[in-house]
Amino acid sequence: MLNITEPPAAGRTGASSSLLPDPSARQRLRRLRTLKDKCSRWGITGAGFGVVFALTLIFVYLFYEVLPVFRSASIDPQAQYSLPLTEGTTSEFLLERYETLGIQYTEQGSAVFFEADNGNIRERFEIPVPEDTAISSFATSEVVSNAVIYGLDDGQAIIAGHAYDFSYPDDQRRIDPRMEYPFGESPFTVDEDGAALTHVAMQASARGMDRTVVAAVTEDQRLLLTTLTSRSNLLTGEVTVESDTHPIRFPDGEPMKMLVDKSLRNLFVLDTEGRIHYYDIENPAQSRLVQTVDVGDGDRVTAMDFMTGTVSLVMGTETGELSQWFLVRDEDNRYSLERVRDFTSHDAPITAITPEYRRKGFLAVDEAGQLGIHYGTSARTLYLETVSERPLRNVAVSPVNGRILLLDNQDRVQAAGLWNEHPQISFSALWNRVWYEGRSDPEYIWQSSSGSDEFESKFSLVPLSVGTLKAAFYAMLFAMPLAIAGAIYTAYFMTPKLRGVVKPTIEIMEALPTVILGFLAGLWLAPFAERNLPAIFSFLLFMPLLMLLFGWGWSRLPLWIRGRVPEGWEAALLVPVILLFGYVAVVASPWLEVWLFGGSMRQWFTEIGITYDQRNALIVGIAMGFAVIPTIFSIAEDAVFTVPRHLTQGSLALGATRWQTVKGVVLPTASPGIFSGVMMGFGRAVGETMIVLMATGNSPVVNFNIFEGMRTLSANIAVELPETAVGSSHFRVLFLAALVLLTLTFVVNTLAEIIRQRLRQRYSNL
Amino acid sequence: MKEWLKSGSPWIWLNGGAVALCMIMVVGLIGLIAVRGFSHFWPANVVSIPVSMPGQIPVTVIGEVTRQETVTAAVARDSGMTVEEDVELVTRHLIKRGNRDQFPSDFAWFPELYMGEWSYPDDILMIERREWGNFYGYPVILMREGERYLEAGDEGFDAALRESVQRSVDLHHEIETIERREVGRINTLLERLRLDERRIELDGLTGAARADEEARIAAQREALNNEYAVLRDDLDALYDSTMRDSLVMEMSDGREVTISLSEIVRVTAPNKLSLFGKVGQYFDRLWEFFTEDPREANTEGGIFPAIFGTVTMVFVMSIIVTPFGILAAIYLREYARQGLMTRIIRISVYNLAGVPSIVYGVFGLGFFVYFMGGSIDEMFYEAALPSPTFGTPGLFWASLTLALLTLPIVIVSTEEGLARIPSTIRQGSLALGATKSETLWKVIVPLATPAMMTGLILAIARAAGEVAPLMLVGVVKLAPTLPVDGVFPFIHLERKIMHLGFHIYDVGFQSPNVEAARPLVYATALVLVMLIVVLNLAAISIRNHLRERYRGESD
Repeated sequence: MLNITEPPAAGRTGASSSLLPDPSARQRLRRLRTLKDKCSRWGITGAGFGVVFALTLIFVYLFYEVLPVFRSASIDPQAQYSLPLTEGTTSEFLLERYETLGIQYTEQGSAVFFEADNGNIRERFEIPVPEDTAISSFATSEVVSNAVIYGLDDGQAIIAGHAYDFSYPDDQRRIDPRMEYPFGESPFTVDEDGAALTHVAMQASARGMDRTVVAAVTEDQRLLLTTLTSRSNLLTGEVTVESDTHPIRFPDGEPMKMLVDKSLRNLFVLDTEGRIHYYDIENPAQSRLVQTVDVGDGDRVTAMDFMTGTVSLVMGTETGELSQWFLVRDEDNRYSLERVRDFTSHDAPITAITPEYRRKGFLAVDEAGQLGIHYGTSARTLYLETVSERPLRNVAVSPVNGRILLLDNQDRVQAAGLWNEHPQISFSALWNRVWYEGRSDPEYIWQSSSGSDEFESKFSLVPLSVGTLKAAFYAMLFAMPLAIAGAIYTAYFMTPKLRGVVKPTIEIMEALPTVILGFLAGLWLAPFAERNLPAIFSFLLFMPLLMLLFGWGWSRLPLWIRGRVPEGWEAALLVPVILLFGYVAVVASPWLEVWLFGGSMRQWFTEIGITYDQRNALIVGIAMGFAVIPTIFSIAEDAVFTVPRHLTQGSLALGATRWQTVKGVVLPTASPGIFSGVMMGFGRAVGETMIVLMATGNSPVVNFNIFEGMRTLSANIAVELPETAVGSSHFRVLFLAALVLLTLTFVVNTLAEIIRQRLRQRYSNL
Repeated sequence: MKEWLKSGSPWIWLNGGAVALCMIMVVGLIGLIAVRGFSHFWPANVVSIPVSMPGQIPVTVIGEVTRQETVTAAVARDSGMTVEEDVELVTRHLIKRGNRDQFPSDFAWFPELYMGEWSYPDDILMIERREWGNFYGYPVILMREGERYLEAGDEGFDAALRESVQRSVDLHHEIETIERREVGRINTLLERLRLDERRIELDGLTGAARADEEARIAAQREALNNEYAVLRDDLDALYDSTMRDSLVMEMSDGREVTISLSEIVRVTAPNKLSLFGKVGQYFDRLWEFFTEDPREANTEGGIFPAIFGTVTMVFVMSIIVTPFGILAAIYLREYARQGLMTRIIRISVYNLAGVPSIVYGVFGLGFFVYFMGGSIDEMFYEAALPSPTFGTPGLFWASLTLALLTLPIVIVSTEEGLARIPSTIRQGSLALGATKSETLWKVIVPLATPAMMTGLILAIARAAGEVAPLMLVGVVKLAPTLPVDGVFPFIHLERKIMHLGFHIYDVGFQSPNVEAARPLVYATALVLVMLIVVLNLAAISIRNHLRERYRGESD
């Protein structure tokens, strides 16, 4: 107990006898201090949680961005009304881009534009059919072209099309529909004999010459092919149409529907038995039947249409089966129609198939009132449910896939909103072989975009994953021996003096920006290696031998020379040897090429059938190996260095040589640590971006050839993410790639860390 | 021999070899960059070589020797060179002959076999131009206002040329200052007025308030436009003035070319320069490299905007990452209950350091730029929509992404520092009656400061060298403006920036003339490597000192 005595001459009278502040001030001070303590506690805890939250957010957010990709489609019913024009049969049913107008084409020659919300007629047009003739058939061209054809009962036909005028009075969009007649309002002749056309089909060429092909079947079962070319006079603006008709031999069977593709080379005629007759009509005068396929497999085909791009055909049968077909070229350059994939079956006969405008998807309706939304590339069925009690006759989808119109057999229309953003992606589309349009076999392809709307996106992650593993594999192949051997030597054999230099140097190596490694690999190493291939190989092959040879030679040297360099300096001794050999290898390289490879090793590779890219896996292996070495080295060195001394000393005391000690005692003890280092290195190699971006050609190939490039997941993200549309399937697939990378490295690193912690515990127990 | 093999010595030698190889690679790499980078600024001699290839008209080549290589005859033939049958190896030289606007290519290989004697004529001039790269040739006439002024060889030609070049460089500098600073400022202010106008519209202002506001905007716009008109006149006068002089040059093939001095950056006669002169020029160029803007699609000129952008970004990042990293580390070490949960968090945080940087970039682009940036735009920058302000990659998002990326580094380093402080110190403070926060802020944190510094330095080094995420969140190949300037609010966090690392990638791999850009890439790489090596060495030395210090105290 301290006794605070009163100071002898304590200032003024009445002053406190203690130096301490009075109790109330102390109380205040204490409260203030507690408050500060609490503030500090809460502040720090808050910041801690904030940081943890931010880091968790990375996972959560990436996941959140990826999730919609795996959602199915959904529809929400909006309105019901009856069809504006109920007299006559509706033969085509469409919805325009802004989803406000529906279009109904009837077989009697009316085109009606109606409000999609309530069915009120906006505009009605009549096709100018000449008097005394009647419409006998109808067909549409590919949906994107907005064109239809009417066949008449006197052997003539009219082509019509709808178009819209947009205006913006009062900042409101106003859409005015109109009809167009690209070949004039008067019909053109298809059949000279004047027989009624019972079936027609037409298609305009996609590119090049302005040409339209019309196929028609007459009453008396003749198949005719007419080519139309229109020329407009520059001065008068007058359009002259030239037509040219050729008959085609038609086999037995009754035609039901015909389709001509956009290349104007192929004609498909579906007959009532469920067979398709495939004609080559590239040269209309010499059209020939190539193949007759029983696509229905015994069942009748009740609906058929092209997918957008007119490459694939979708068939719906009376049993509700749906399948996709396209022409496949064999080795002899012959085409045949192949069944590519099947979709989930409906329960009743398919009544209509409507392709999407800009993607390889389609909608199908059936007699049982079911609506199915399917997608070609991913073979996904995104929606299949009964949406009506009555059989459905037709379905229209808007070009932006936001709304559908369903038509049932009572001429009632159901408008519904549609969400179907990401049909392209499915597990099998990402990871399995997919049979893409125009390919002869199912393949793994990554090709995310192209100039055309009809392009089929190819989102296979396999080439990218293989590329990632390939890069990581060669990097590890280069880095592992160097890093582990180096770590063992540095931790166990090297003199402390040298170690004091080596360790910081390796740390600097770790800190070198990868963009610098990548740029050196791409701009310096890749051309250098290409020019001096023999040097690279002789260096890789003979360097270890030379080291051994030098070591042996050193052991033969008289003791007085050897004695000058104490143990632990072997590495320093080898430096000039390596440099000298490297120099010799480069100088000798052209001579080796002359003697062994006929003047050029690269050429020699090509001759024996090995593809050689300048920026290849070898370069990436070396450059990325360089980036990975320090990671493995530091951890492995740490593990070896911290092996308890008494273990090694015990081993040495029992008479083991230094290397025997390493092999028998140090390595078994430190191996988990070394393994953890290797895993960390692998994690780094998998995620490295800049090196692979700069040192490879970034072509997504699927092979392990060391002389070819690759494209990795990370480089792919760096290349494509800035270019892609926000929220698109492509955007989300790239997020998925990032999520895969994150998860992979996180798991690998966590395992490595756990192994390391276990090891530390083990050491402390020893 | 057998015994030697049995003793295991071969393995020791192999292991030693691995270390030696690693060291050679590191030193070699840095050495390569240093040699190539530093030599970029050296005014090399310009050589004149008569070349007579078989089957072609003999020519004289003027230019700088870039490098040489020895290839087999087959390879040389493949590249389109005529080589006789009995020749096996060909040594060829890459000559930078410049004059990109006159010759099909400014770099060309010539085989030594067909070269005549090399000479270094004193009167060759090397002209660095603002466009089309270097020009090599002999001076003929200096023209002034379209008239012959002086001919090469006349007395005082060199001095007159030097003076004229200096004049036009000065004029150009003046023009640039006006355009950059004055006109740039006026444009920024005009753009703000436009946004003000739009805001009136959006806010639905009516009546007198609206009239006032509109009047104010009109008046300000008028004033700015007047100011601009004056500047425009000045500029026109200056532009006219730069067109005064031009130089007629003779090329290696005898053709004469007139070059206006207004497009010239520097004229040197490298073969005439003394060593001293060359050293002077070396530093001159080095200075230009550090302080000037890039030219010719980044392949020439300086890298000032890239250095500035990198530094600004790292600075903003440090401001964000330091408090959060340190507080999180203190929380984990001092406040959190040391249980399974904390262990999981700690391992996770450590592992995030190993997550590929591109993943952070993807997150930054999606979450920061599109989500947060988009929201900010809708709330505060509605007037500028649909062109985004913060909803597009920029300085702030780049810094924030890198802060997230480097957070684990700061946390790990700080925690390590905190763990190293002997518990006796902590207990001593608590025993004297200090509260936990007092112990923390007055005893522990000051002691751990060096560790925090180490963490921060490592974070800065990592951030300065990182490129992949930045490509997504805010770095561009050419930023029109610096992120810091004289217009309020002085630091423009929404602007896009240039970055050293991205500059290397862009110039080395996206530029149309890789050969011409190569030296500049090496020089840029050198700057980046030096920056990072220095930062890391600093961190290493601080850490080593720290270890020594606590070894003493805890014993």
